[in-house]
Amino acid sequence: MDLNLTAEESQFRHELRGWLKAHVPADWNAKRDDPLETRFEYLRTWQRQLFEGGWAGISWPKQYGGRGASLMQQVIFWQEMALAGAPPMANALALGLIGPTIIAFGTAAQKQRYLSKMLSAEEIWCQGFSEPNAGSDLASLQTAARREGDFYVVNGQKTWTSYGWIGDWCELVVRTDPNVPKHKGLTVLLVDMKSPGVSVRPLRQMTGESEFSEVFFQDVRVPVENVVGEVNQGWEVAIGTLMHERGTFGAGLQIIYRRNMDRLIELSHEVERNGRTAAQDPLVRQKLAQCYAEIEIMRLNQMRAFSRISVTGVPGPEGSIQKIFWSELNQRVQQVAQELLGPYGQLASSSSYAVDKGAWAYGYLRSRGNTIEAGTSEIQRNIIGHFVLGLPRSY
Amino acid sequence: MQFGLSESQEILKDNARKFFAGECPMNHVRQLAETGSAYDADLWSKMAAQGFTGIIFPEKYDGLGLSVVDLILLMEEAGRALVPGPFFATVALAGTVIDAVATDAQKKEYLAPICRGEARSTVAEFEAGAGWGTRDGGKTAAVNGRLTGEKLFVPDAEVADFLVVTAAGGVFAVQRNAPGVTVTPMPAMDLTRAVYAVRFDNTPAEKLGDASSMERATDVATAALVAEMVGGMQRILDLTVEYAKTRKQYGKAIGAFQAVQHQCADMYLETESSRSAAYYAAWALDHDPANAATAVSIAKMYASDACRTVGNRGIQVHGGMGFTWENDLHLYYRRAKASETMLGDATFHRERIARLVIDAPGAQSQKLHEVCETA
Repeated sequence: MDLNLTAEESQFRHELRGWLKAHVPADWNAKRDDPLETRFEYLRTWQRQLFEGGWAGISWPKQYGGRGASLMQQVIFWQEMALAGAPPMANALALGLIGPTIIAFGTAAQKQRYLSKMLSAEEIWCQGFSEPNAGSDLASLQTAARREGDFYVVNGQKTWTSYGWIGDWCELVVRTDPNVPKHKGLTVLLVDMKSPGVSVRPLRQMTGESEFSEVFFQDVRVPVENVVGEVNQGWEVAIGTLMHERGTFGAGLQIIYRRNMDRLIELSHEVERNGRTAAQDPLVRQKLAQCYAEIEIMRLNQMRAFSRISVTGVPGPEGSIQKIFWSELNQRVQQVAQELLGPYGQLASSSSYAVDKGAWAYGYLRSRGNTIEAGTSEIQRNIIGHFVLGLPRSY
Repeated sequence: MQFGLSESQEILKDNARKFFAGECPMNHVRQLAETGSAYDADLWSKMAAQGFTGIIFPEKYDGLGLSVVDLILLMEEAGRALVPGPFFATVALAGTVIDAVATDAQKKEYLAPICRGEARSTVAEFEAGAGWGTRDGGKTAAVNGRLTGEKLFVPDAEVADFLVVTAAGGVFAVQRNAPGVTVTPMPAMDLTRAVYAVRFDNTPAEKLGDASSMERATDVATAALVAEMVGGMQRILDLTVEYAKTRKQYGKAIGAFQAVQHQCADMYLETESSRSAAYYAAWALDHDPANAATAVSIAKMYASDACRTVGNRGIQVHGGMGFTWENDLHLYYRRAKASETMLGDATFHRERIARLVIDAPGAQSQKLHEVCETA
């Protein structure tokens, strides 16, 4: 056990920190509330800069334009991005999930065609997985593709599609054989979102934003060379993609939580309670300390998991505890923030009385999505029960 | 960065597990639980022969000179086996305090016999009106080298050869059979680690050092206790998962029901999170002294709540069986409650964390960059 960074890891951090210091745009905070389209172009420009600096796709092998970074270097990357207050990358799904899937399962021609434009954010990707009737039970999805000559013809609907409104391409899971058990008849296709028959409708969420879309496919023709992996073996490909979802990105999330925590502690010295500051109120102190401790434990759990992956080479189902931990923790922290701020916690960014430009009101509402997106807490507990503890399947 | 165990640490942990499984199986734990003091001289000699009693103390006092992480691994396995008796009190409490505050000559006199397995000891700190972490010694006072006062919840005092006592004016060593020492059992939940009220009435005592130097020693003991709690949680989890796989209702194993599965998943989450916190606290005590106190309090805070909830869930999943005397769960559950409060419960440690991270404004923000320098 040695929690100190190696000389190589320190060198990596030093180099990255220097680069970020010189390149992270100073006006990001002012741009956050820009209209969706303007904001997106800003993030595209930022990713382009990272790409030119050699920092896009750091986990990707060098031969595909990535940096071939070790797992710990990826952890450091996300920590430093968060520490520097860097904007997110426009093509996050392509870099984190879809690119690695094509690298693992795609043909040489697919790699050649798609990967570099992912890195440069020239082509934005979305993911067509969930459907109105296939959420947690993803394998029951109904969007169908039938073979017609050199094409697949796709009909159906996807939902909760992040970046659907701006996506140029979509990693789409479809049913190619309805006559076999549900996991056996799926195929992954790469679909041009500008194809005739694709229509996108923004899905407005409880925060008021539209991060997600509904995507409709009506007789959409997809060339057969756009199949990823083998026909009817799309479940393995899709699971491969989802395994990346529990990757190193959480290291940056932990830094963001810690930054929120530091801000709450700062606010506790300003908020008045019964003639003294909230920081002097024993009950508030208990709650803040609990949050602080759990955010630290989130980091320690991550570091143990990353250490294990760096030895075994594969992310294990233990990743499920990370998902439960960060999502439920954020809900608790957001609730403590609301208690600390009292009625001010509810104020929107448009109110001149709002604390931190309404970030806590937004954070509170947004946190409800945390225990649902990327696998509900219930599904994560099923995964732990069955795959980690070896209990019988419950469904 | 590598937050896994080294090969030698894996071997130490594995050996300890096998040793306790062989020398201290549950039927033996149950026998000792009936004895009051829960002390077994034969088991003690065997543990000493393994080097356990001197594990973290310097070789010049006949110890093994290993790290706090090594102690934590040993304690985790002791917790898994629910090892009764004064190991925690002697090594993690008294030994670390003596090592921290005493002179070289005193260490030869008090610490070396502990390392060699010849002496057992404990720390008497808690007293009415002055709980854990009151370094001023409470109302117990030393006048002309003689102690008067009463200490409570002193673990394993009955079988100790000498006691380490905090009092106004410092930390003292008192022989168990010295004049004016009265040891009275405080019968409590935990049947495998007895606690006592210890009265001193004008009792001769030898000053070992100042209480201000024992902060780190108490943190080492606290981390060791957390590790022992982790071992107990792991055992409750293992027993519960095993039960959920074999117990059948409605024609299938109850572990196939999500209401049961999710209890087990939460037990897993709480156990692993406690383990992460315990290992880091131990590592910080060895390598990152500036952050060690916070790390220890985070670990004790989290594990204090977790060991209770893991026990609650384990008993619930066991149904009626979990409520019986014959099932082992209650023995772990009793220990868990005692450990939850010993050296400060979650509320105590949350306040300590608050003092460390809220009362020093600005400090926590600066530290955010440093956090990334390790791990």
